[in-house]
Amino acid sequence: MKGDRLLRGFLYGYLGLVFIFIFAPIVFSIIFSFNSDRFPTIPLGSFTLRWYETIWQDPDVWEAARTSLIVSLSVAFMATFLGFTTAYTDYRYRFKLKPLYLALILLPPTIPLIIMALAMLAWFAKIGLSGKVLSIIIAHTVLTAPFAMAIIRLRLSQMDASLEAAAWNLGADQWRALRRVIIPFCRPAIISSFCLTAAVSFDEFAIAWFISGLNKTIPVIILEIVTGNIDPQVNAIGSFVFLTSMTLVIIAQVVLMTRQKKEKGNHG
Amino acid sequence: MAEALVEFDNVVKRFGDFTAVETMNFNINEGEFIAIMGPSGCGKTTTLRMLAGLEEPSEGEIRLQGQVMNTVPPHERDTPMVWQSLALFPFLNARENVEFGLQMRGVDAATRRRKALEWLDRLEIGEFAERDISSLSGGQKQRVALARSLVTEPKILLLDEPLSALDANLVIRMQSMLTRLQRELGITFVYVTHSQSEAFAMADRVVIMSRGHIAQIGTPKDIYRAPANRFVAEFVGRNNIISGKVTSGKGKTVTLEGSLGVFTVDLGDNPKPAVGDAGSFVIAADLVHLSVARPKAANTIECSLISEEFIGSVVTLFLEAPDGSEFKVQIQERELADMDLKHMGKVYVSWASGRAHYIGAG
Repeated sequence: MKGDRLLRGFLYGYLGLVFIFIFAPIVFSIIFSFNSDRFPTIPLGSFTLRWYETIWQDPDVWEAARTSLIVSLSVAFMATFLGFTTAYTDYRYRFKLKPLYLALILLPPTIPLIIMALAMLAWFAKIGLSGKVLSIIIAHTVLTAPFAMAIIRLRLSQMDASLEAAAWNLGADQWRALRRVIIPFCRPAIISSFCLTAAVSFDEFAIAWFISGLNKTIPVIILEIVTGNIDPQVNAIGSFVFLTSMTLVIIAQVVLMTRQKKEKGNHG
Repeated sequence: MAEALVEFDNVVKRFGDFTAVETMNFNINEGEFIAIMGPSGCGKTTTLRMLAGLEEPSEGEIRLQGQVMNTVPPHERDTPMVWQSLALFPFLNARENVEFGLQMRGVDAATRRRKALEWLDRLEIGEFAERDISSLSGGQKQRVALARSLVTEPKILLLDEPLSALDANLVIRMQSMLTRLQRELGITFVYVTHSQSEAFAMADRVVIMSRGHIAQIGTPKDIYRAPANRFVAEFVGRNNIISGKVTSGKGKTVTLEGSLGVFTVDLGDNPKPAVGDAGSFVIAADLVHLSVARPKAANTIECSLISEEFIGSVVTLFLEAPDGSEFKVQIQERELADMDLKHMGKVYVSWASGRAHYIGAG
């Protein structure tokens, strides 16, 4: 009994430490973004919105935010589309080269980012696409499509195998069955895949830094500010990026989980 | 005269090297309740899926109202199915599920709604029309699935083991509902099941399948009392099968001699076997007379009592015949109570030769 309590205490302590190491820097960054002192020191100075005002008035930051928004939304669309179509072909069809087909889409996350970034840079330069917003979109789509595919594939694996045939049986041709049954069934997974791929793209630094050229995204501009000098602006942008990504990730989780909970009640 | 609604004409279905259905020939009549029954893997579900267009026959023709259906895609057929898993759409409520088929046929929203509600009312679940599928009970879901298939007023309804997930009490209630519904609507039901009680309770005719072949087609009573072969005799009911050699034949009866003795059997419609041929007959467990004293009757076997299985008013006794084979007898519980049998005690089973059913060499 006593040993159990000790173990539990230890495990809770461990869990607490993990959370502290993950969130403490973020929390500090948020706190210092409202601090009037130029250097992040304790005791804190007074409360200020000055750093937020500075970035608000900085056209470079605005430009980067615009680029990031365009990129992450386009990436979310394309990656989710690719993810859905691949997951569906995997679910629906059996063909000879399927393992190869699946390996092809699942491969990108296993390649070190820096190598992928370099390869992309070289390739885009060769086909005259370097430094364009489109090139960031393409690179991020390649990077995030596997996540979309994994999420949607998981959802399809939970689907009653007769559901699609039931739609045909009731008079739906293949397209209508896809539109009226498969997509609605996958909707929670599609929404969360959209949010997650948008979040990943919004955050991604390495590839964007290599290939963005003059079309800087938010993470790239953050690095530029930091390399120039120590500036609490970074904390302000960081807080904004953190909030955006977290919101997207939380939406994704909530959408997936409420659906599953509802369907679990189904079998009770 | 009933008209053939569906014709299976030399239908074969192969999956790679595996033959699921082999040279199948039979008709389903208009307005008939037909059950296709057999052990798992016998091809019964494949047969149903071919009818729905989910599988294409490898050979032969399936005709619906005289039209060859082989290559007609499922959505262009009017052969709705009630699925084993029900396959209700979880993201639609009960009424929307029922409306689905009508919507695919381009029926306008108001009519769709009216018809769906009519059917839900008819199946006594009108009050759950706007409920989520996940909040319904097993029986209620079953009714939604039925309403969804019937709302388009088809000529034929396919049912793939629809009651297999329900508990015993509910199965019996759904059975009577299905039979009543089929009679009222007058449409053809094709019901696939592995359950003898479901098939016999509801169907006008039963098709027994074994390894892709049709073993017998007939009314439940025919199949129960006159199994066509050894497979059916073993699959259906509680039957004893006795084999031997034909020693003589007189008119419509033959005499068989086997390891258990000499027996005379009515031939029925069977062709007369030659003397010396191998032959078998079936004697149903409930047609046997059981006695402690040796009876005068000709067809008698002396057995010893091994065990009994009590299932309410009827008891099944498992006996051992002199050659070591098992012999089953079914009698009323109150009859048994009067008999005072002992474990391993000697008993005699006997039957009139008209009770036994000849099944040839099978």
